[in-house]
Amino acid sequence: MSSQDDRDDPQSASRRNFNRGMAALPLIGMPTLALANAKFPTATVNTTKLAITDTEVTVGQLHSATGTMAISETGSIQAERLAIEQINAMGGVLGRQIKIIQEDGASDWPTFAEKSKKLLVNDRVAAVFGCWTSASRKAVLPVFEKENGMLYYPTFYEGLEQSKNVIYTGQEATQQIIWGLDWVQKEKNAKSFFLIGSDYIWPRTSNKIARKHIENFQKGKVVGEEYYPLGHTNFNSLINKIKVAKPDCVYAIVVGGSNVAFYKQMKAAGLTSDKQLLLTISVTEDELLGIGGENCNGFYACMKYFQSLDNANNKKFVDAFKAKYGAKAVIGDVTQAAYLGPWLWKATVEKAGSFDVDKVAAASPGIEFKSAPEGYVKIHENHHLWSKARIGQIQADGQFKMIAESPNLIEPNPFPKGYQ
Amino acid sequence: MSASEMWNIFLMQGFAGLSLFSVLLLMGLGLAIIFGQMGVINMAHGEFMTIGAYTIFMLSSLTETYAPTLTPYYFFVAIIVAFILAFAVGWMAEWALIRHLYRRPLDTLLATWGLSLGMQQIFRSTFGAKEVSPTLPEWLLGSWAPAEGLDIPINGMFVMGLTLLVTAGVFLMLYRSRWGLRVRATVSNRTMANAIGINTKKTDRMTFAIGCGIAGVAGAAFTTIGSTGPTSGSLYIVDAFLVVTFGGAASLLGTVASAFGIAQTQSISEFFLTGSMAKVLTLLTIITILMIRPQGLFALKVRR
Repeated sequence: MSSQDDRDDPQSASRRNFNRGMAALPLIGMPTLALANAKFPTATVNTTKLAITDTEVTVGQLHSATGTMAISETGSIQAERLAIEQINAMGGVLGRQIKIIQEDGASDWPTFAEKSKKLLVNDRVAAVFGCWTSASRKAVLPVFEKENGMLYYPTFYEGLEQSKNVIYTGQEATQQIIWGLDWVQKEKNAKSFFLIGSDYIWPRTSNKIARKHIENFQKGKVVGEEYYPLGHTNFNSLINKIKVAKPDCVYAIVVGGSNVAFYKQMKAAGLTSDKQLLLTISVTEDELLGIGGENCNGFYACMKYFQSLDNANNKKFVDAFKAKYGAKAVIGDVTQAAYLGPWLWKATVEKAGSFDVDKVAAASPGIEFKSAPEGYVKIHENHHLWSKARIGQIQADGQFKMIAESPNLIEPNPFPKGYQ
Repeated sequence: MSASEMWNIFLMQGFAGLSLFSVLLLMGLGLAIIFGQMGVINMAHGEFMTIGAYTIFMLSSLTETYAPTLTPYYFFVAIIVAFILAFAVGWMAEWALIRHLYRRPLDTLLATWGLSLGMQQIFRSTFGAKEVSPTLPEWLLGSWAPAEGLDIPINGMFVMGLTLLVTAGVFLMLYRSRWGLRVRATVSNRTMANAIGINTKKTDRMTFAIGCGIAGVAGAAFTTIGSTGPTSGSLYIVDAFLVVTFGGAASLLGTVASAFGIAQTQSISEFFLTGSMAKVLTLLTIITILMIRPQGLFALKVRR
């Protein structure tokens, strides 16, 4: 594969001339490649028998391409592929082109564990970009720690975890929750909250943190806390309960198909944004495709990234993504976080001067990525990212309009004191 | 909270129960015909609903692109198309698969489960893994507010009306038409029905296809309250079987009664307990009643 061909470069005035020039490229390419590898001989950059040659480095990609989670994980697969393609077009990592071995976790947690073992033991990949749900991450974590692999995990999650073998490119719970709650309290004068979630670990842990913050730090009131089974589609009784409790703000962490039913029924019951303030941390552009922006416009979401962010990095990223996956493709928070993975890994390997997992793990803290679509990110000692929090308002066209952003990068704190 | 507010919540909660009742009934009706009347355990029933839902999605996109002025009206046509499509697929499935397995109920279970997996993959390849939502006509969204603080969901009323229509249709067909007579004869004694000149094979195919068609209508209606994805069907299938089994497999009246009972238990307990506890309570009640009455609420008195 000639990766230059895939590069999306809006500046290149004439692609035809560029392609004609390609014929001469191998001749020019050879000496530079030899030069790079003379500088980074395989024997020094790879002392642990990873799948690395003089010209190629193999990485793994482990997501659900089939099963229920394919809905969410497809965006991450696409973003990681785009990043790797762009890196290859720039010359790869330490002069080596990245080759991907993709495995399918099939929305089944034991399968994730099995495939991660295959990637680490049989394929000897240098890094793995993958997992989405906390359950899949928990399933592969022992494998990565035992076989000493490196995982770049993209999803915002509940925290309470930290590993030498994982870089968390999404937000841990406090980064997403606390600043958002403070914003609705200050800007929207919300004093009473109704917490809603799907019934599994992430919404429950997140709501626990939210409740502690509301009660202990904001001196506000939680007037209700409710969980519904995954896939639940009938929310009329819950909506009546909200009407009885009359909270200033509904705090919603409903996921999957339930999400769609919840917002359609909120609208049908007359609880629209002009009558009810709602803040969510589980609706991104991807979910809005299913819900339909017209069913929930005016509500707020707290994320670190929105497709509509107005900066040069993001414009480039959105253009490249759409050029590759179609003009109708949307990019949600997690998709952007997945895009960061390969870039952070590249920067870390280059800083460490080695692909060895121990050296990469040790070199990770302090790694910066200045051209991240979300702005600037940096890896913390605890292997999470410093990142901003942003409030977006849902628009009828399925996009967000950014209303506010935290002035500074928020420190990741996966084990928050006073919130347990 | 004032008395009038209490009264409003009471009314809206009552409506929530009725609305869940109509959803469950609509889910169960097609299955009541296929499972109840024919004894075929159709694990792909949810996917036939999904066919209906995707039909709405396709027609809504087509309408938006080619005839945006028709957006307020396309929904009615789309429901009929959903019926026809699901009917046709059901007809083919019966011909290709089910008819070979009538005397082997456990094999039908496996075969239709395989069919459901296959259909899910077809949906995924055709429409993508992400969930979609059709653009609904404006009049279907929002609520009807006859008084201050009282909001009745319009989509709920629509589903309720549709359920009434379909249920009445099924009753009429089963008890007032030649087809219904043949179905009932076939159900009660297949050999004898065959002997007196009823083409039982044709009756079977027609019955199966009609059951699937009704599932298509149900799926179409659910686009107004929920989501459409490749695996949406698997969300509905458990509830559908629950309704039919609890009601007593061979009784249509039982299906109605059981849908009503489950919906009210669920909706009332959801209001007073948390969501997950309400589900536990509902399922426990159903299991207890089924332990006492394994044949379900209403059972046909048949000489075995």
